[in-house]
Amino acid sequence: MKIAVCVKQVPDSWAEKKMVNGTLDRENVDAVLNDLDEYAVEEALRIVEAHGGNEEGGPHTVTLISMGPDRATEALRKGLSMGANDAILVSDASLAGSDAIATSAVLAKVIADGGFDLVICGTESTDARMSVVPAMISARLGWAQLTFASKVAVDPAGKVSITRVTEAGVDEISADFPAVLSVVEKINEPRYPSFKGIMAAKKKTIEQKDLAAVGVAAQSAWSQVNEATPRPARAAGVKVNDEGDGGSALVTFLAEKKLI
Amino acid sequence: MSTVLILGDFSGDKATKTTAELATAGARIGAVTAVVLAPAGKGAALAATVNQGPIQSVIVLESDDFASHGVAASADALANLVKEKSPAAVLIASHAFGKEVAARVSILTDSGIITDAIDVAADLTATQSVFGGSTTVKSKVSHGTPVITVRPNSVEADFSASTPAIENGAATVGADAKKAKVSSSQPPVKGGRPELTEANIVVSGGRGTDGNFTAVETFADSLGAAVGASRAATDAGWYPHSHQVGQTGKTVSPALYVACGISGAIQHRAGMQTSKTIVVVNKDPEAPIFDIADFGVVGDLFNVLPKATEGVLAKKG
Ligand SMILES: Cc1cc2nc3c(=O)[nH]c(=O)nc-3n(C[C@H](O)[C@H](O)[C@H](O)COP(=O)(O)OP(=O)(O)OC[C@H]3O[C@@H](n4cnc5c(N)ncnc54)[C@H](O)[C@@H]3O)c2cc1C
Ligand SMILES: Nc1ncnc2c1ncn2[C@@H]1O[C@H](COP(=O)(O)O)[C@@H](O)[C@H]1O
Repeated sequence: MKIAVCVKQVPDSWAEKKMVNGTLDRENVDAVLNDLDEYAVEEALRIVEAHGGNEEGGPHTVTLISMGPDRATEALRKGLSMGANDAILVSDASLAGSDAIATSAVLAKVIADGGFDLVICGTESTDARMSVVPAMISARLGWAQLTFASKVAVDPAGKVSITRVTEAGVDEISADFPAVLSVVEKINEPRYPSFKGIMAAKKKTIEQKDLAAVGVAAQSAWSQVNEATPRPARAAGVKVNDEGDGGSALVTFLAEKKLI
Repeated sequence: MSTVLILGDFSGDKATKTTAELATAGARIGAVTAVVLAPAGKGAALAATVNQGPIQSVIVLESDDFASHGVAASADALANLVKEKSPAAVLIASHAFGKEVAARVSILTDSGIITDAIDVAADLTATQSVFGGSTTVKSKVSHGTPVITVRPNSVEADFSASTPAIENGAATVGADAKKAKVSSSQPPVKGGRPELTEANIVVSGGRGTDGNFTAVETFADSLGAAVGASRAATDAGWYPHSHQVGQTGKTVSPALYVACGISGAIQHRAGMQTSKTIVVVNKDPEAPIFDIADFGVVGDLFNVLPKATEGVLAKKG
């Protein structure tokens, strides 16, 4: 099996994020591997490990694919130190400010050219928070879409089935290879890279490509931000200590606000 | 006048209030046509429940592919309708299903997409609240048919009764959209309380409940509120995952959000920070959730909530 995992480098969840010229300022914040993508890496590793592993020369591989700035190699190293075999980073000045449409076009082309059986994504990037890229990749490639999986079972002969959990309920879904999956954070507990893993990752290949090498034309975003305003800070709220009357103070507040 | 397609949003066999919200936003742009995707033979019954909000017409597409092939089949049928009708915009509810349908429709129709809009103006400018509510963004699709997903409970809906003309269309679903096969589907378990994302008031409990949600539920019931939970509470199995609020749970923006025994981790805030009024009950005065509270009580939820419940019930007489 050849499994691809789409991982994104994102600003640290705790960092203060700002808009500059209509896009997120990615230069001046700490960047990390999107934590929801760690579950995707972990699941890919568990799938290959359940079927003989991904040792060099073996039948199975896990390849990380990312689109982002040069320094996204740091996030890729983390995935490699967890145990992925290698990585492809698409980095190109003309990709700055890409929307999900352009991102999915690039990722889909890399996936199509790589001859993968399965693609595993996170459910959401913590910066864009769109939850659309996996469905877009599936639509572009014409591959089965098996998303929001809380459970994945793979038959290496070419079948995959998942349990999908969303607000609409629980579905059992299956398909033949190739397929695009996304996994929810309940699915597993991502491993911490071991010392051995970290050392091994330093020697693993991150193939860096520009758009021309991928073979996709640059495309400007199909939606534009015209205005970004920091939300006025919430006026400092009232804080009371409960001396037995906290409950009734709360009710008085709700009544004043006409909430009851 | 131009047409706007909205994708009818249903819970069980009834249109949700989100459908009326989509219609309200859509009517600012053009004449609203609601699309009803239904299993074979069920279209008329579902369409009959699309009776609130400024809706001019309903197009029913019937196919059993929707149930047996999920998101991709629904998106294919909607995308084909979009190509046929060339509407001014397509509005869809912003939840996992709606966003994925929107994603595929945008690819299939070569169109730009905006997700999680909290408002849409007549000129198709969409307002979004990003970075955990810290920034408000206005954006516009510049290519193709704007595909916009709108967060439930954000647009003030016009609930006036409507009697749209109902017509039947053909559901066209391609072979690629049938590759995933759904073998079983279980709808979410519905309690007697309001739906979390649609509720006007949400009362949530966290690790501070120590597994006992009675005080939280009783207070919620006195307010007619939905009950939410932090991930600590759902992970511990104290409350169903479907009630989790936050980044990997649901995003809510009720008029009132009451956080009880919740510390206010960034991932929790991501799902509730756009609530209009936030009230906190927490015994740790340093808990970060107080930073975003309009009103906070430093105290034990097991003392504060029962008193508050009494107070609410007394006020209601
Ligand atoms: C990838 C990822 C995704 C995540 N997604 C989500 C998500 O969607 N939603 C979410 O909520 N979290 C999410 N989390 C988890 C999040 O980081 C926090 O761990 C979680 O929100 C903490 O829950 P809590 O506030 O209930 O518990 P804690 O942080 O333990 O806080 C408990 C609070 O209760 C107070 N307390 C204790 N006893 C009482 C009492 N008797 N009366 C009053 N107050 C009391 C304490 O002072 C404390 O402030 C995610 C984490 C990760 C890594
Ligand atoms: N630039 C990117 N590079 C690689 N994978 C991505 C990128 N953007 C999104 N993804 C994948 O798509 C998922 C959903 O992202 P999004 O639609 O942006 O919320 C993420 O969890 C990743 O797995």
